[in-house]
Amino acid sequence: MNATVIPPFARTYRYDAIDREFLAERIAEFRGQVARRLAGDLTEDEFKPLRLMNGLYLQLHAYMLRVAIPYGVLNAPQLRQLAMIARRWDRGFGHFTTRQNIQFNWTKLEDVPEMLEALAEVDMHAIQTSGNCIRNVTTDEYAGASPDEVVDPRVYAEILRQWSTLHPEFTWLPRKFKFAITGSPSDRVASLVHDIGVAAKRNAEGEVGFEIHVGGGLGRTPLIGRRLYDFVPEAEFLGRMEAILRVYNALGERDNIYKARIKILVRDLGEEFRALVDAEYDRMPQQAYRLDPEIVAAIAAHFAPPPFARLEDRPLPQDPAFAAWARASVRPHKQPGYASVTISLKPIGGIPGDASASQMEAVADLAERHSFGEIRVSHVQNLVLPHVRQEDLHALWQGLAAHGLATPNIGLISDIIACPGMDYCALATARSIPVAQRISERFADLDRQHDIGECFINISGCINACGHHHVAHIGILGVDKRGEEVYQVTLGGSATNDAAIGELIGPAFGYDDIVDAIETIIRTHIAHRAPGERFVDTYRRIGAAPFKEALYAVA
Amino acid sequence: MPLLEDGRLRPDPWASVDDDVPLPDGPVILGLEQLRREAPALARRNAPIGLALPPETAPAEVAPLLGLLSLVALRLPKAKDGRAFTQARALREYHGFTGEIRATGHVIPDHYAMLLRCGVSTVEVPEGADPAVWDACRRVVDIGYQAALSADAPLSLLRRRLRVA
Repeated sequence: MNATVIPPFARTYRYDAIDREFLAERIAEFRGQVARRLAGDLTEDEFKPLRLMNGLYLQLHAYMLRVAIPYGVLNAPQLRQLAMIARRWDRGFGHFTTRQNIQFNWTKLEDVPEMLEALAEVDMHAIQTSGNCIRNVTTDEYAGASPDEVVDPRVYAEILRQWSTLHPEFTWLPRKFKFAITGSPSDRVASLVHDIGVAAKRNAEGEVGFEIHVGGGLGRTPLIGRRLYDFVPEAEFLGRMEAILRVYNALGERDNIYKARIKILVRDLGEEFRALVDAEYDRMPQQAYRLDPEIVAAIAAHFAPPPFARLEDRPLPQDPAFAAWARASVRPHKQPGYASVTISLKPIGGIPGDASASQMEAVADLAERHSFGEIRVSHVQNLVLPHVRQEDLHALWQGLAAHGLATPNIGLISDIIACPGMDYCALATARSIPVAQRISERFADLDRQHDIGECFINISGCINACGHHHVAHIGILGVDKRGEEVYQVTLGGSATNDAAIGELIGPAFGYDDIVDAIETIIRTHIAHRAPGERFVDTYRRIGAAPFKEALYAVA
Repeated sequence: MPLLEDGRLRPDPWASVDDDVPLPDGPVILGLEQLRREAPALARRNAPIGLALPPETAPAEVAPLLGLLSLVALRLPKAKDGRAFTQARALREYHGFTGEIRATGHVIPDHYAMLLRCGVSTVEVPEGADPAVWDACRRVVDIGYQAALSADAPLSLLRRRLRVA
């Protein structure tokens, strides 16, 4: 079958017969679980965590199938297969998420086994995209390409993926568990707001080790992770992770869902948490959990650099429309003559993270033509072609533009993260998508967006914070207030090295007023900024008072 | 309750005993308080002794008593409460417990293989449970990607062929 022919140089982990056998067994297991549920041998309460661990949610209007894209890395045939699935079993769209996964929002329960089989044809699955288990590990969308990378995080993300897959001890945790891993000193993975944030680095001898933060998270209790270890040697990596998860599995809150994440345990135990983890690790038979360098080398071989041509960096064409796109979308590459390209899934007035089947196919074609057949999903819900020749950028831009994929707004105010909100989600208390659409329409003018500069707006439709509003420069949280949607605004958050939880600016705004409030915030920034100063830096320098006054002063 | 071992039902010689009733002859499973209180006397008993270890109690807290015990019963208060998995592993891995580890409470067939991989030996199953379903569930996935306590055969990378029996 054509779909299984992997482009020769795409650096995705390549399944072999054992991995495929495992996937087939897992589908058989799920089929059996569905059959036992239908026969009444499993109660709905018993079945629910099982279906969630296969990525299947019951949403407001339909089932939603969340498909795992391990650490956001895809090859072209996989993306084409996702397009096929969108067309055949959904309404012709897929929705890319902040965990670098894709969701199909209009799934029928009876189609799910067939969808899983279609995924397995291209070595994909929906395992552990939900449930109280270790979820899809996220990493830097520019892995293997970024000039500042010191360790390739995909290697260790894949090791974490394998280790956590159907882990016998950690499949019934108190709550979900999320890893992010970066291999660059510049944190592009929001590692400080994850259950475990891993920064791979090298010591003076060049050996790989891991800085570990634990207990970060968003939701109704946003917390920045605490540094647990400065440098865990590579051989101890999995053993230390086992020890952390054991302490959490034993002591994490089991009765109150809102206190069940590891962040609460870490916050409440403080330094004692470290002592418990160390004691656990010291007692474990460490040799059994040692990460063998030969295994690391074998997995690293999957991510060897593609055969780059020997090129030199070159100036880009002067065409103004192209230059405006390139300014936002093109990023330096460690290989001379190459660049990484971010494809905006945030057209003005569109749904953040949505892609149509034909757009997915277009990106797959362009990836094969220009990027060794490789595609990444970013945690801000865009796509990335990691390795593009600079001489191809103009042609790529034209190819993207032909499919509505050349919106030049990466990193700008209309590059908004939004959760599905009340349009799809059973937990949501307010709409997110239409708020994102209206804000992007208000700030549609590209010159104005560039004038405003880098500014991240994130929108969540409930307190669970899937839209990461706490760590946005401007965060918007929709809540229900006596039957009415209102929107709280937080300012000054960040998900990068200077991670911070945004501060609530004041009383919430109504659905009709929230866009004007954002406009007022931006005008205040423009009035007070130093030349070239980003919104978040202005806010940190001048504080909340001028913004409060502009928003709430009686006219 | 029926008892499952190695995918088959087998007779259960153990009696669970409430505190403050006279101990019957034969193997008994006691609560933690009674075991602690009567440990010196129990040490002289001829029949085997077991402990019902509550989910919130770390095995380390009962480590000094493990020498008295032939069985530790762990409990899943709800199907999604997985503390027993970590307790079983600790008992086996570094407390050196070699007796029977029994899973009780709200156990479902989908737990079975994972319990075995964490060192559990027997499972209390509901009345009328079909052992064939439990056996099929433990066998359906026979590849693991991580170290565990079952005698797995190494494959390449992190993978191993499971031996869950």
